[in-house]
Amino acid sequence: MSSGQNNVVVAMPPGKQPAWEATVRLNVEQASYAYHSRGNAAPVFTLAATSFTARQREIVTILGPNASGKSTLLKLIAGTLEPLSGRVELEGFETSRLSPRTRAQRIAMVHQESPLLFPTRASEYVLQGRHPHGRGLRFETGEDLKIAEEALAQVGATHLRDRWMHEVSGGEKQRVILARALAQQPILLLLDEPTLHLDIGAQVELLERLRHLASENRYTVVVVTHELSLAAEFADQVVLMHHGKCLRTGTPAEVYRRDLLEQVFEAPLDVEMGPEGRPRVHVRGARPPAES
Amino acid sequence: MKQPLTLRRLLWTCAALLVVLFGAVLVALKVGAVPISMTDLAVDLGRVIFGRTAQMQSDYRLIIFDLRLPRIELAILVGAALSVSGAGFQALLRNPLADPYVLGVSSGAALGAIIALIAYPGIPLVTPLSAFLGATATIAAVYFLGRRKGQLDSTTLLLAGIIAASFLSALIIFLMTTLSGRDMRGMAFWLMGDLSTPLQESLRWVFRVGLVAGVGAIYTTAADLNLIATGEREAMHLGVEVTRVKLVVYVSASLLTGLAVSVSGAIGYVGLLVPHMMRFLFGSDYRILIPTSAIGGAIAVVIADTLARRVMAPTELPVGAILAIFGAPLFLYLLRRRFA
Repeated sequence: MSSGQNNVVVAMPPGKQPAWEATVRLNVEQASYAYHSRGNAAPVFTLAATSFTARQREIVTILGPNASGKSTLLKLIAGTLEPLSGRVELEGFETSRLSPRTRAQRIAMVHQESPLLFPTRASEYVLQGRHPHGRGLRFETGEDLKIAEEALAQVGATHLRDRWMHEVSGGEKQRVILARALAQQPILLLLDEPTLHLDIGAQVELLERLRHLASENRYTVVVVTHELSLAAEFADQVVLMHHGKCLRTGTPAEVYRRDLLEQVFEAPLDVEMGPEGRPRVHVRGARPPAES
Repeated sequence: MKQPLTLRRLLWTCAALLVVLFGAVLVALKVGAVPISMTDLAVDLGRVIFGRTAQMQSDYRLIIFDLRLPRIELAILVGAALSVSGAGFQALLRNPLADPYVLGVSSGAALGAIIALIAYPGIPLVTPLSAFLGATATIAAVYFLGRRKGQLDSTTLLLAGIIAASFLSALIIFLMTTLSGRDMRGMAFWLMGDLSTPLQESLRWVFRVGLVAGVGAIYTTAADLNLIATGEREAMHLGVEVTRVKLVVYVSASLLTGLAVSVSGAIGYVGLLVPHMMRFLFGSDYRILIPTSAIGGAIAVVIADTLARRVMAPTELPVGAILAIFGAPLFLYLLRRRFA
């Protein structure tokens, strides 16, 4: 369970935190799932009951190695899978019971990019984010254009507007994909391994941006990743997954215990506490940086 | 930021294409064994508009209204149906090379139609219905054969379609050998795609309504298809009811293919080529692609059929052969230019 996050990193004047800041927006309560290869065979993969809560402006990182159940948990949160037991609620509504349209108005998902069938311009791509807000043939209104324009500006991609999506670089594409999610005007932003194909500069830039967006747009952000260092640096809350079980939830400082991480990631690791209570992880054998 | 598509641009584009279609229809009415001058044609059209058909010369009325016009209408129906179903299959299967002919859907419809023609000759509605069932069953089979590890694989899908088409063609040939010589020649012509058999009076309204319903149903999903073409998973996260949309497009596209094949046989390249040309001209937004493909397909088949009637006159060619002769090189050109 989350241990009273105070959103230390959020740019809010201290003592001026309004009441809504404290209310839980996303409530994952004993949610479990099982994949079956066929009918009544034994499940090939199970996600044991997992619980955590998140407030607005909070960044939650679901951390774990491959096949630890991170993506399954993300699908349960997104409402595309219905939990076998327990519940996932977004502002009191079970996400898997919402209609696709309502869901897309509240939850935006950023996937690793999938190949495009026909050439598309970045501006058209971002406008797709307005789809759940329109009806019928959805001719884009002036307001849609304004929102899409703002979304591009927020990710610093205004200059990419008229470029083709298949011609921009990996980092630029990731920004446009994020802009499309912003154009949905969600309250919950989900990202599945967003840093996977990015170099370290673009990774840091993306996460800085997420931190900024979470506070600016009052999103709740859930990021699935296996990047230990980045999660430590940017998460308010870490949900540590291993073999389909949630081992621990809490602030990075609470979760980043050497024995725990070594067991989960099956590698010799060193953990030391950095400034602002943010742990640093090194692979043992490699020399820690000289600054400490 | 510019609006990608406005209602105004949509309507103007369609209007311009309709003018082209009208021109093609005029030429098709004029050209033939009995040439008719443009002035006569204009005068006769004027008479039709003002309801004075009685003043027309009876042989002209016969040629224009009983012979050429019904055939042109058939060309329009078939062209529109095949192009829209091709555009639909391309989004549904996320494959720009999908089309009823390549996927074997046309062959499935043809087999259905032939079985109906042999088993229940002379019952009008059975043929298109059976062609529809043949189309639906084929696309379902090809869809499942085209999957690898639960994912739709575009190469496997196309191969599955081609193999289904050759398998179904073999079945069709088996059935055809049971026919007498005269029937067989007609059937062979029909298989290559042929518009010379006029639509029975009783079926005309079935086709008109079927076409409008099929195209209309696909058009209601146009905005969703744009997203499905981006990826089903992403479409789902953007609020598209993927399963419902796919079902609507799948049934409607099969219906359109079944209708077209049951009257004209397996005409290739329309469903592949016309949507590509329209994408090339007007962009890949399905909201403009569906109506322009419908009109563009009608134009293509009207022109091709006019050529089929005239190039070897007095012998008529099957329209499918004309479309393949022009379509295959044009398609290769588009393919290399766009996706190289």
